[in-house]
Amino acid sequence: MDWASLLITAVKIIGFTFMVIMPLVAYSTYAERRVAAIIQDRVGPNRVGLPLTLFGARKDLNFFGLVQPLADGLKGLFKEDLTPAHVRKSFYWLAPAFTVVPAFITLCVIPFGSEITVFGRNVQLVIADIGVGPLFIFAIASLSVYGITLAGWSSNSKYPFFGGVRSCAQMISYEIALGLSIIPVLMVFGKLNLTDIVAHQAAHGWLLLPLWGDGLSLQNWLLLIPLGISFVVFTTSIFAETNRMPFDLPECETELVGGYHTEYSSMKFALFFMGEYAAMIVGSALIVTVFFGGWSLGFGLDHALLQNADGDWKWFAGFIHFGVFLAKTIAFILFFIWVRWTVPRFRYDQLMKLGWVVFFELALFNIFLAALIIAAPHLGAVKTIFIGVPTLLLVAAIMFFITLSAEGKSKVRPT
Amino acid sequence: MAVVKVKRPTLRWYEHLFLPSILKGLAITFRHAIRAVRGKTPGSAELASSGLGVTMQYPEQKWDDHLPEYYRGVPALVTDEQGRERCVSCQLCEFICPPRAITIIPGELTSQDPWAKVEKAPRDFDIDMIRCIYCGMCEEVCPEQAIFLRKDYAMTGTSREEMVNHKERLYEIGGVRKGLVNKWNELK
Repeated sequence: MDWASLLITAVKIIGFTFMVIMPLVAYSTYAERRVAAIIQDRVGPNRVGLPLTLFGARKDLNFFGLVQPLADGLKGLFKEDLTPAHVRKSFYWLAPAFTVVPAFITLCVIPFGSEITVFGRNVQLVIADIGVGPLFIFAIASLSVYGITLAGWSSNSKYPFFGGVRSCAQMISYEIALGLSIIPVLMVFGKLNLTDIVAHQAAHGWLLLPLWGDGLSLQNWLLLIPLGISFVVFTTSIFAETNRMPFDLPECETELVGGYHTEYSSMKFALFFMGEYAAMIVGSALIVTVFFGGWSLGFGLDHALLQNADGDWKWFAGFIHFGVFLAKTIAFILFFIWVRWTVPRFRYDQLMKLGWVVFFELALFNIFLAALIIAAPHLGAVKTIFIGVPTLLLVAAIMFFITLSAEGKSKVRPT
Repeated sequence: MAVVKVKRPTLRWYEHLFLPSILKGLAITFRHAIRAVRGKTPGSAELASSGLGVTMQYPEQKWDDHLPEYYRGVPALVTDEQGRERCVSCQLCEFICPPRAITIIPGELTSQDPWAKVEKAPRDFDIDMIRCIYCGMCEEVCPEQAIFLRKDYAMTGTSREEMVNHKERLYEIGGVRKGLVNKWNELK
C-alpha cells in the first residue's frame, strides 16, 4: 500500500466519520425533537440561532432552531462531569466509549457512493471494501452491548443494573433474528461485499423494487414474499438492536428512571446518545444498502445517466450517488423517528416472545422458503413439487408447532 | 358504580400480526405531523397558536385578549375622575400584604390643598415586585378602592432596584378609575 492510498483512506475515515456521520448524529437528535413535536402537535426546539440581539441587532436569527445541536454539544462539554462515589470507576469510564466506538467502526464497510476520480485515481466511497460486509457489521455492532451492560453494572445501583441486564438479553435475542433474516438476501446476491451488493442492485433492480434490469420474472415476484418477510424481521431487529422506541427497554424512562445511563452526566451521557444515534444511522444505512439499492439512483437511471459507454462511472457519478445514499438514509432515519413516536413500548415478556417465538421461527422458515424459490428452476418441476414443497411444509409445521408450544407453556401471565 | 368486568378482546388472526394496527397508528401520527407542518393543527384557532402545533409562541403571540376579568397581574394605584390620588395612606394594604411587598410612607395634605378634607396621601408608595405574590389581598382590603391588580404580567428588570415600583410608576400603570366610592368627595 503506497502513501497516496493511505492518505486517501485517512481522508475517507475523517471525512465520512467526522464530516458526514457526526453532523448527521447531531441533526438526528434535532430531527427527533422536531418530528416528535409536530407529531404531538407541539413546536419543538425552534429558538436557538445566532443571538444577534447581544450585539445590538434588532432581531435574533433563529434558523428554525438549527443551531440547537451545537448548543446541546456545548452544554455537554461544559457541564460538570460527575462520577458518583459508589461506581466502579474504570468500567464506568470505559462504558460510554464502548457504546460509541463500535457504532462508528461499523461505518467503515458502508458504501457511501460508487466512486469518484481524484488526480486520475478511482476512489471508492467506502472506507474498507471488505468481502464480509454484513457479517462485519453484526460482529462489531453487537459489541456495543458491552458498553450498555458495563454501564449498567459499573453504575452499581438498581435501575442501571436492570437496564444493563435487559439490554444484554434483548441483544442476544434479536441478534439471532437479525442474522437469520438476512440470509435469504445473501442467497439472492450470492456475495457478502456490500459494494458489490449495491452495484448488483443498481444493475438488476433494488431488492424490494426489482423493476428494471432483469425485470419482474415469476421467480422475482415469488422472491418478494421471503424478501418482504426478511425486510420486516430485519428492520424490527435493527430497532431492537439500536434500542429504539418500541424496544427501548434498557433505558425505559417510565420504569427504570433512565436505564443504564441513570448515573451518567454531561459528556459521558452525551456519548451514550451519540452511540445510540450513530447505531441508528448505521442501521438505516444498512437497511438502505441491502434492501433499497444503497447509493444507486434506481429505475435504470444509473446506467442511462451516469455510466460511460464502456461501463465506467462518469466523474460526477460518485457525488450524485453519495447524495442519493444520504437522502435514502435520512428518509429511513425519519422513519425510525416516526415509528418511535407512534408505537408504544413493548412489555418485557412480549419483547422476548416476539424475538424468540415469532421472529426466530419466521426467519428460519423464511430461509427455506427463499431457498426453495431460488432452487426451483434448477430442480425442475417434479423435484420441486414432490420434494421441495413437502420439505417446506414440514419446516413450516415444525416452526408452527414450536410457536404454539411456547405459547402454551407461558402459564404465568403478568397481571 | 356497578362493577364492569372488562374482557380482553379476542384478536382475529390478522390482528395478531400487529402490523395493521401499527400502520393505522403510523397513519394517525403522519396526519398530525402533516397538519402541524401546514399550520392547521386542530385547536390552534381556539388556542390562538401559530398553527404549528397548539403551542403559543410567546413573545410573538400573546394571550392578552383572552385574559379573564379577574386576572391578577401587577398591582397599581389609581387616580379618580378629579385627578386626585385615591390612596389615603391608611396602610391597610401594607399590613395585610403576606410577603410584605408594600412599603408606604404616609404624608399629610396641607390645609391649602383643595382636598384637604382627606388629610392624608402617601408620600411614598413602593411595591417590591420581587416579593409580590399577586394574591390580590391589597385590592381586597383597600377601603378607598385605590389599588388594583392590573393585567400586566411581564415585569422584568436587571436589578433589584428596577423591580421596585415607586409611586409615579404605580400611578402610571394604574391610570384613572371612574365611579365607585369616593368617601370624602364633596361633589357627591
